[in-house]
Amino acid sequence: MRYAELAKRNFKEVWRDPLSLALTIGLPVLMLVVLQALGGADEFFEATSLAPGIALFGFVMLMFSAAMTISRDRESALFSRLLTTPLRSSDFVAGYSVPYLPVAGIQAAVIFGIGVLFGLEVAGSILLVMLVLLLVAILFIALGMIIGALFTFKQVPFAYMVILLLAIFGGAWVDIEAIGGVFKTVGDLFPFAHALAAARDVMLDGAGLGDIAGDLYWVLGYTVVIVGLAVLAFRHRMLE
Amino acid sequence: MSPAIQIAGLSRSFGDVVAVDGIDLSVEPGELFSLLGPNGAGKTTTIKMLCCLLRPTSGTATIMGHDIREDPLAVKRMIAVSPQETAIAEFLNARENLSLMAGLHGIDKVRTRERSDELLEIVGLTDRADERVKKYSGGMKRRLSIAMALVSEPQVLFLDEPTIGLDPQSRRGMWEHIAGLKGDTTIVLTTHYLEEADALADRIAVIDEGTVIALGTPGELKAGLSEAAVTVVEVEHMTDEALACLREIYPVLRTIEGGVEIEADDVSVYAIGDCLRPFGIEIQSAYKRKATLDDVFLELTGKELRE
Repeated sequence: MRYAELAKRNFKEVWRDPLSLALTIGLPVLMLVVLQALGGADEFFEATSLAPGIALFGFVMLMFSAAMTISRDRESALFSRLLTTPLRSSDFVAGYSVPYLPVAGIQAAVIFGIGVLFGLEVAGSILLVMLVLLLVAILFIALGMIIGALFTFKQVPFAYMVILLLAIFGGAWVDIEAIGGVFKTVGDLFPFAHALAAARDVMLDGAGLGDIAGDLYWVLGYTVVIVGLAVLAFRHRMLE
Repeated sequence: MSPAIQIAGLSRSFGDVVAVDGIDLSVEPGELFSLLGPNGAGKTTTIKMLCCLLRPTSGTATIMGHDIREDPLAVKRMIAVSPQETAIAEFLNARENLSLMAGLHGIDKVRTRERSDELLEIVGLTDRADERVKKYSGGMKRRLSIAMALVSEPQVLFLDEPTIGLDPQSRRGMWEHIAGLKGDTTIVLTTHYLEEADALADRIAVIDEGTVIALGTPGELKAGLSEAAVTVVEVEHMTDEALACLREIYPVLRTIEGGVEIEADDVSVYAIGDCLRPFGIEIQSAYKRKATLDDVFLELTGKELRE
């Protein structure tokens, strides 16, 4: 359980940086409120359709802060000091990821809480929605681990942009079902559209676990692979 | 007793540059062993390989019987490192920084508390232990960084230039503490402060260009110097031409404030005078003094330790 010591430190690092914390939670909320106000009566802009996508956006921001924390640490001597302690690469991934999970939980809770004020309704099980979101949160945080382990502090924003574009055109905020064609074929290869589809199906149509299993496997598969790659990325950093 | 550290043919290259070139050393348990050499001699690269941060190009080493190549995790359980750079978590306070390192090494809470109190006192941070280290001065951060290596009570402790950037008073305090660990903890200390190696080390390996060029106790190294020790020649002002003339007769020579120091068995004041006179330089005084480790280094490498 050595990772817990590292997680404790990173947890404090996250919570003692109020500005970035406020941004991570505040920006998605602001987005929800603004889009809601702009959208008027359009169905797409109803809180119920918006909330899952905005939660996803919040997780992309978490990925960014996680990546920044790691790349900044790597440039400080503290990281080499941590590398001389008996931590395995999986301990590093867990130690840097776990502190962001409560942040992801708060993000989702705040977004859905405010969504309710705007008339958000969940037809299916809210727990199932949370399960989908948790998987996506882990996926994005693990992506942040990889970016942070492989890129320098200055390169992180570029890597972030690439993932952001992938998420957008991979169907996180673009309706690839409606566009169809190549867009849909390519978008379906990424986990983002599947995650969103699963969350929306539960919220709007009251779908159950069996109904969304297909989409969930995509997300789960990606999450497992990305976490595995994150461990490898750290292992690569451990011995030069 | 088997050695705490056994280094065999340890080498590391970066591209064409050979930083460490086949080092063989053995450090006994409880010994304070110093790696002494100028910047770029290969001291830090050696330490990094021993701490499993850098992979050796060839050769290997064992720490308390564990091979650095085969079982880095076991090695890391035995060691603690104070890196040359200050390595602290800025958003934590001093106590939390110490707990972090203790926790990562599996030290229990009670012992961590005791050790932290003791170390905070030694490095003079007790009063500000609960303040975030972001607000600390450079010297305070440095002191905390060293304390973080000591908190886990490792079997083998690596101190890479531990007192760089410390004020004289803190340096003395740190020396006392390090000296107190001798016997229980095996310590490898790199330094380019000769006083430090001289005052603390049981044995010294002088390293230059990645190889060990001398090995022994401080006394042995100094005794190995030529009998005549060092001749100090004081003059009012020195010119480059006069210096060149002196170097021809006495190749091991260094300039000091107001004169030169010559290392040679047989120094003739007349010969020196012959060199200086054509340039209108007069000898003000000439005397012999005992050799220091500085002199050992100059004789061995032809270089000065501090450039």
